[in-house]
Amino acid sequence: MDRRILELKDVKTSFYTHLGEVQAVRGVSFTLDRGEALGIVGESGSGKSVTSMSIMKLVQYPGKVKDGQILFKGQDLVPKSDKEMMGIRGDEIAMIFQDPMTSLNPVYTIGDQIMEATMKHQGLSKAEARQKAIEMLKLVGIPSPEKRVDNYPHEFSGGMRQRAMIAIALSCQPDLLIADEPTTALDVTIQAQILELMKDIKDKLDTAIILITHDLGVVADVCSRIIVMYGGLIMEEGSAEEIFYTPKHPYTMGLLKSIPRLDLAEKQRLVPIPGTPPDLLKPPTGCPFASRCPYAMNICIETMPEYTVSETGHRAACWLQHPDAPKVEVETGVKRGEI
Amino acid sequence: MGKYVVRRIIAMIITLWFVCTITFFLMHSIPGGPFTREKELPEAVLQALNEKYHLNDPLWKQYVDYMKGIVVFDLGPSFSRPGATVNQFIEDGFPVSAKLGGVSVLAVIILGIPLGIISALKQNRWEDYVVTVLATVGVAVPGFVIGTTVIYIFSAKLGWLPAYGLTSWKHYIGPVLALSGFSLAFVARLTRSSMLEVLQQDYIRTARAKGLAEGVVIYKHALKNALIPVITYMGPMIAAIMTGSFVTEKIFAIPGMGKYFVEAVGNRDYTLIMGATVFYAAFSIVMIFIVDILYGVIDPRIKLED
Repeated sequence: MDRRILELKDVKTSFYTHLGEVQAVRGVSFTLDRGEALGIVGESGSGKSVTSMSIMKLVQYPGKVKDGQILFKGQDLVPKSDKEMMGIRGDEIAMIFQDPMTSLNPVYTIGDQIMEATMKHQGLSKAEARQKAIEMLKLVGIPSPEKRVDNYPHEFSGGMRQRAMIAIALSCQPDLLIADEPTTALDVTIQAQILELMKDIKDKLDTAIILITHDLGVVADVCSRIIVMYGGLIMEEGSAEEIFYTPKHPYTMGLLKSIPRLDLAEKQRLVPIPGTPPDLLKPPTGCPFASRCPYAMNICIETMPEYTVSETGHRAACWLQHPDAPKVEVETGVKRGEI
Repeated sequence: MGKYVVRRIIAMIITLWFVCTITFFLMHSIPGGPFTREKELPEAVLQALNEKYHLNDPLWKQYVDYMKGIVVFDLGPSFSRPGATVNQFIEDGFPVSAKLGGVSVLAVIILGIPLGIISALKQNRWEDYVVTVLATVGVAVPGFVIGTTVIYIFSAKLGWLPAYGLTSWKHYIGPVLALSGFSLAFVARLTRSSMLEVLQQDYIRTARAKGLAEGVVIYKHALKNALIPVITYMGPMIAAIMTGSFVTEKIFAIPGMGKYFVEAVGNRDYTLIMGATVFYAAFSIVMIFIVDILYGVIDPRIKLED
């Protein structure tokens, strides 16, 4: 079987607002294999969520995927009709969202909300679907699932709701699970449990996972490969090791320096990245990070650099990687063996 | 749940008692009485009448007597129509008002809610603008203007609809429009804004991400949530419409409750005023109670226990 599950080729998604075209995603390409966990990190407005919604083709009006290909199991999703997408959503590609408190419908039971997907996509009868819902709740670690299946969302805690969301997402054994900030709204211990659960699922069910987050600590835990997005573009992509220990892009370095750490000396401050993300109504012609980059050169403002790709597939879009560029040594403070 | 119902019923009785007491004393504090006429009645006749209806008794005794009657659902004799009891007025008037009101409430539900949904789904398109304009007109224009306009255009000018009475389905069109116009428009607006809010919720995105058809997303996931505020409004609205509107009944010459109610105030018909008030209050309270029970059915977050 072909291990390649997803390939994005130069995907561009824009929102056509009354102010003009907001180019949220400006040409994103990456690949994903079965059983692989890919992390997409970046700050708010970097285009990471829009990328995931583009894959689901759930970009809200007035947004749309205007260019590129989204090859899922070899088929391009971009030209597919909404009706065709309904057969894929929830069945082959499933998604979980940031806020479990509001992502479940308050007026239906947890069981109903799990059963809906399996009854639609797998043609299960009501009784079978209920049995399946109980199994799924058990799989995600909900205690006494036979009783809990009839609970309403408000009777679940935040962590349990996110588990229920995962149960809904996994109920049809999707090939791809997209998790958009799945732990952001949860406290740290619950966060760790949910991440553990996701790792488990990836290994047991061979599901490919895209984990979207602004928290580098979260991706370090789960993902083998990381994409760093900024201004609607991929700035850097590499294995978790490469991104943490040998980052090539100043933006990645900046992100690493802004992680809170236990071993920092007292009163030593975190290093924020000064400035704000670019206005995507009028995206810069050069590198979108140039205006905030401490190493920016003239060329950075004028022209967007090509990717420099290493043998291992570690790629970065930065003029500093050019053979003629000055060498920059940066200490991010992340030590080996730490992550 | 059982405990809740019992507590609510006790609360309802107390509320009703307050309504009766306040109305009784307010009514008696207004100058004049049921037998005050422009051409004064002979002293002897007045005395006899007052004697007959116990109006010479001290106020507290009249009050106690009246309350005794209410407990056994006896609302007393009417002062303005000799021989008729208030119970008879309600028995005659309420079925008429209720029939007209029932059709009006149905119109609000069958037309108001779908119009609101269409308006929300077609937000900022022509369908939405049409509904919004109609709803604004419906809320702003009083029932008697709607009623008289309907009579003027469709009865007097075009001759399509009968102008008075309530004997065929055609007779209902005018009064129902006049009676339900405000509520219909209000419900359409309420449904629209509530639906628009619900459609922005995260759980709607979840439903879509599950691959559910748009119809299921809207009519199963969104509508049930969107109707919660609409149901809140339904209780008092149903009570108001069902017990009749004086204006609509007057314009279309319909012998319902509303007509008697207002006439009673003019005539100082003490027992009829009391009867109509008590009946209206009881009906409202029961409707609100039913709505609260419905709430618990539609929204599981609302617990009806203690």
